[in-house]
Amino acid sequence: MKNELYSGAEYLNPGHVGCPGCGATIAMKLALRALGEHTMLVIPASCWAIIGGNYPQSSLKVPILHTAFATTAAAASGLRAALDLRGDRETTIVGWAGDGGTFDIGFQALSAAAERGEDFIYVCYDNEAYMNTGVQRSSSTPWGARTMTTPGDKWKRTYKKNIVEIMAAHRIPYAATASIAYPEDLERKLRKAASIRSGLRFIHLYSSCPTGWGFAPEHSVRVARLAVQTRAFPLYEVEDGTTYAINQAGDKPVREYLRTQSRFRHLSDEDIAQIQKYVDQEWKRLVRKAEEA
Amino acid sequence: MREVLEGSQAVAEAVRLARVKVISAYPITPQTHIVEELAKYCADGSLDGRFICVESEHSAMASVIGAESGGVRSFTASSSHGLALMHEMLHWAAGARLPIVMAEVNRALGPGWNLWVDQTDSLSQRDTGWLQFYCSDGQEALDTTLLAYRLAEILNLPIMVVMDAFFLSHTYEPVDVPSQADVDAFLPPYEPKFLMDTKNPYALDEVAPINVYMEMRRSIQMAMEAAPGIYQAIEDEFYTRFGRRYGLVEPYRCEDADIVFVTAGTAAATARVAVDTLRAKGERVGLLRLRMFRPFPAEAFRLGLAHAKKVIVLDRNCSFGAGGVFAQELKAALYGPEAPKLYSYVAGMGGRDVTVDTFSELFTMTRDQDEPPLGSVWYGVNEEMLRS
Repeated sequence: MKNELYSGAEYLNPGHVGCPGCGATIAMKLALRALGEHTMLVIPASCWAIIGGNYPQSSLKVPILHTAFATTAAAASGLRAALDLRGDRETTIVGWAGDGGTFDIGFQALSAAAERGEDFIYVCYDNEAYMNTGVQRSSSTPWGARTMTTPGDKWKRTYKKNIVEIMAAHRIPYAATASIAYPEDLERKLRKAASIRSGLRFIHLYSSCPTGWGFAPEHSVRVARLAVQTRAFPLYEVEDGTTYAINQAGDKPVREYLRTQSRFRHLSDEDIAQIQKYVDQEWKRLVRKAEEA
Repeated sequence: MREVLEGSQAVAEAVRLARVKVISAYPITPQTHIVEELAKYCADGSLDGRFICVESEHSAMASVIGAESGGVRSFTASSSHGLALMHEMLHWAAGARLPIVMAEVNRALGPGWNLWVDQTDSLSQRDTGWLQFYCSDGQEALDTTLLAYRLAEILNLPIMVVMDAFFLSHTYEPVDVPSQADVDAFLPPYEPKFLMDTKNPYALDEVAPINVYMEMRRSIQMAMEAAPGIYQAIEDEFYTRFGRRYGLVEPYRCEDADIVFVTAGTAAATARVAVDTLRAKGERVGLLRLRMFRPFPAEAFRLGLAHAKKVIVLDRNCSFGAGGVFAQELKAALYGPEAPKLYSYVAGMGGRDVTVDTFSELFTMTRDQDEPPLGSVWYGVNEEMLRS
């Protein structure tokens, strides 16, 4: 398996400015391996606007259209229209935005593009807060997390939006979660997304963030794996907005995931029990949907 | 071919003749007739392009930025609140050096809600790096749209073709619609100077550090400075082909005029009648219609007003705390001991009538006043209402 994964071309140049252990950088590296050279990226304000490089350099070997924060899906729609009218059906367009650019400021444009049935892949690489601006909460930040705008005893007491269910509710052909800790699953999902050429395909890509979450850079993949194993971030896919399939089992207590990160350090046993209860409910709901399918 | 067209239809015709590929728009009164017409052209195949029905004006501009970055000619149209919502992306379009053309229908901003003509919406966007042309009839709206594509694609800067709400957007007039062959000869297929290309994988619009950002901004200013000269050369060619020209500013009976009106849009057509009326009474008065606003055609104004003693500027807009925008800009352009006295009037905002009598009254007020008052005088407001 290892050989197969590492046999392909690399599209990420060395010397990028991602933080050590940056999950979002690993995410891009894996995604582009799956998608290949006929790919164009649309990237809004985000960590990746920085990791992508300063003028006149680029950290990637595929073209990037950088765009304003709220506009990933709109700019990708226009770019797709241009390529279609130029007769280029070969190139895959990928909107690549963070959780703030997806769950919050870019959501209106994303929802509209999904409704219009735009032909591109939208990847939300999720590091669960505004990391590029110094760790402020987004609507993707989970219950219990401390950020710079949910500090001290004002840690976040609302739950993370379920973005995949929201996207599935648009009845798009394909929506899936993926994780940097499961590269085979991630690459399979991106290839599948690329092979579907009608409608928007949405990938919710868990990208651990040592800088914002408070863990040592060498643990990025371990933290991401624990998120799946504890069901805090289950791996699943949804076809046509209705057909759910779970891709990875997990049964570890969520405490094991939470205690790897300083953003959750303040949580009491009762708080952790509440998170466990929420995770269990969400998992049951997911299993029920998968069984229906 | 001569047809009777609404101002909005004249713009839509020009967009079709320009063979625009991607149109993306969000509806707002009074821009809707333009985009409805274009949606119809895309649907019936008379325009080989795609109409993207976006969910906001912000997305409209973002998607035409995406389309232009993909190497095709594109168009959008908006007005008032829609343009205001686009503001961030107007900066982006110019900074990305994309030759987008948009029609902008001048409408008042709320609150209170008001659908009628007012130039404050487009003038609020004057620092975004877009060129602006103000039109005064349907023929000019059609011609300016074609000229705008030609100019934008040379300068690599976006252009706003501005027209008054209803007085122009919804008024039917005879318009000479040029043939496709003539337009093709004037406006060659779009050849982007850079674009998204997997064989040459550039990063477009990326982080610009301190050592390059100012040069990027300077290059926009340089393109703006080159615009009047390039425009006039293009317009000469347009005149040869189509027999119509407009200029950066359009003089009317200015030669021996002591007092000259300066205004823009459909009010200028009214001012023309006022000039004739006043001339018939023996007054030496003229009109210098503002057409290009960004870049501000300072040289053309200096030349056009070289012999004027007084200038009457009618602004259908206000920069609150400063006064009429055209008056402000013109004052700056004419600054110096030789400058004519400039009388600034704010009138006709939110669709209030600007009539021939309005101009005649402004003329009399100005003629009988030795020195202009400081700031802008508001004409036609109900002072009693303001006191209550």
